[in-house]
Amino acid sequence: MDTMRDRFVDVTSRLLDEDPRLAVVLADITAAAFEPAQQRHPDRVVNVGIREQLLIGAAGGLALSGMRPIAHTFASFLIERPFEQVKLDLVHQGVGAVLVSAAGSYDWPAGGRTHMSPGDVALLDTLPDWTVHVPGHPDEAEQLLRHAYADGDRNVYVRLSAHQNAAPVAVGPGRFATVRTGTRGVVLAVGPMLDAVLAATEGLNVTVLYAATVRPFDAAGLRTALGGRADVVLVEPYLAGTSANEAHAALADRPHRVLALGVPREEHRHYGSIAEHLAAYGLDASSLKERIAAFLR
Amino acid sequence: MTTNTETAAPAGFADLQPLMALMTGDEKHGPAATSTLDALWVLYDRVLRVTPATADAQDRDRFLLSKGHGPMAYYAVLAAKGFIDPAVLPSFGGYDSPLGHHPDRTLIPGVEIASGSLGHGLPLAVGTALGLRAQGLTDPAVWVLLGDAEFDEGSNHEAVAFAGAYGLDRLHAVVIDNSSATHGWQGGIAQRFAAEGWSTATVDGRDHEALHRAFTAEHPGRPHVVVARVEPKNS
Repeated sequence: MDTMRDRFVDVTSRLLDEDPRLAVVLADITAAAFEPAQQRHPDRVVNVGIREQLLIGAAGGLALSGMRPIAHTFASFLIERPFEQVKLDLVHQGVGAVLVSAAGSYDWPAGGRTHMSPGDVALLDTLPDWTVHVPGHPDEAEQLLRHAYADGDRNVYVRLSAHQNAAPVAVGPGRFATVRTGTRGVVLAVGPMLDAVLAATEGLNVTVLYAATVRPFDAAGLRTALGGRADVVLVEPYLAGTSANEAHAALADRPHRVLALGVPREEHRHYGSIAEHLAAYGLDASSLKERIAAFLR
Repeated sequence: MTTNTETAAPAGFADLQPLMALMTGDEKHGPAATSTLDALWVLYDRVLRVTPATADAQDRDRFLLSKGHGPMAYYAVLAAKGFIDPAVLPSFGGYDSPLGHHPDRTLIPGVEIASGSLGHGLPLAVGTALGLRAQGLTDPAVWVLLGDAEFDEGSNHEAVAFAGAYGLDRLHAVVIDNSSATHGWQGGIAQRFAAEGWSTATVDGRDHEALHRAFTAEHPGRPHVVVARVEPKNS
C-alpha cells in the first residue's frame, strides 16, 4: 500500500494538470518526488530551498496574487518554525492556503524530537477558522486533499502520517462517521488512531466515532452519538487534550465527562519505532483498552 | 485640507507634510515615517502603475509596505493620490479608524499587505511575483519597501537569496537606510543583495531625480534593489 505522502504527490501532480490556480511551494522536503510535475509546470511548482519562513510567506504572496497555494514540509517546519508567518502571512492578510504536512508527532522516532510536532493542531487552534484534516488512510487523504484544494480560499491543514489504518472509512469532510454503536459512552478516534481504538473497544458497549476532519469539530455529530451518558473519550494522534475544549463546548449545556488521550507533553528521549512510541504514550490497543475501560466503568 | 480632493490641481510633494500633520499619537515612529516620505512619493507619483481606479486590477503594479512602522508618510501619499479620503487622517489610531499605527490591508483600498511585524513583506512580495508569473502576467512590477533595521530579520535573507537565485526580475525592493540597525551592515546593504545576484543601486533618499533614475534602471533577468540613504535616525 502506498503512504499518504505518496498519495499527496500523485494527487497533487495530477490536479496541477487540471487546475491552473494551483501552485505548490516546497522547502526541499519531497521535492524530488515533485520533479515530474515541476517539469510540466515550472512556474507552479516552486522549491524555495530550506527556507520555511519564505515557504509560508511565498504561499501568502501567491494567494494575494489570486492563486491557490499548497505548501508542504514536515509538520515541525511547516507549523512550528514559521508560526508567525502562518498567523500573519495567511490569516491576518485575509488569504488562504493549503498546508500539507508529513512526519507529524511520531512518524520518525529514530529522528528524535527535532522532527516531532505533536503540538501542530493545538497551535493552529490559537488561530481562527482553520479546517484541519487528519486522514487515517491514503484513500481518505486523497479525498480530503481534493476537497481542500477546491475549498474556496479557506485555510486548510492536511496532516499526513506514516501511521495509518488498515482500511479506509467513508468520510465526509467535516462530519464524524459512526463506526460502531453502543450505549455506555462515545470514543472518538482521530485519523490513524482508529485501528487501535477498534481493537481496544472490542467487547465494550460503546459507540466509536471516527474523525478524519477535526476542525471544524462536528459537535452535532458528537451530541447525536451520545446515549444517556455524556461520557466521551478522545483519542488523538497529537497532543493529548487538543480537542478537549471543542468537546466541552459541544456539551456545555449538560453534565459530561471527557477523557482526553493523545501524545503527552513530556519528551520521550528514546528513538526506536512508531509502535514503541505509541506504547510509551499509552496509545497502543492494550493501553487504550485499560484506560478507556477504567474511565467508562 | 478637505479641499484637497475637490480642487482640480493634483496634490504635490508639498502637500504631504500638512497631510502628515493631521495624524498624531504615534510620535515614537516619527523618524521612521519621514525617512520613507521621498521614496514613497517618487514611487507613487512617477513609477507605480496603480491608481484608485485600478487598485483591484489584476495587472496593476503592487506596492507592499513591509516596514509598517510609522505609516504616516504612506497614508499621506495614499491620501494625496486619492486612495483614501484626507478627512480620515485625523482619526489615525482611533478605534473606528481604518488607519492604524500599522496598516491593515482589509481596511484601506490600495494597501496590498497588512504589516507591522518586521520581515514579512519581502517573502510576501516573492510569492506575489511568483503568482503573477504563473498566471502569465509578466508586466506588473512588484515593489516592497523595508528599512535597514528590518533587514536584520532572517526571513528577509531567505527571500533575498531565493529571489536572486531564481531571477525574479519583476521583484523590486527599496531599503530605506537611516542607519537604525543595531549592528549596522558592514560594506553597506546593497552588497548583500549584490552577492545574491540582485541588480543594485544606492542613492540619496532625499534626491527625487536620483530615486527616479534608480527606480527605473533596467535590470534584465535579475531582481532590483534600491538602497535609499537618508539622515541617521538619531541625528
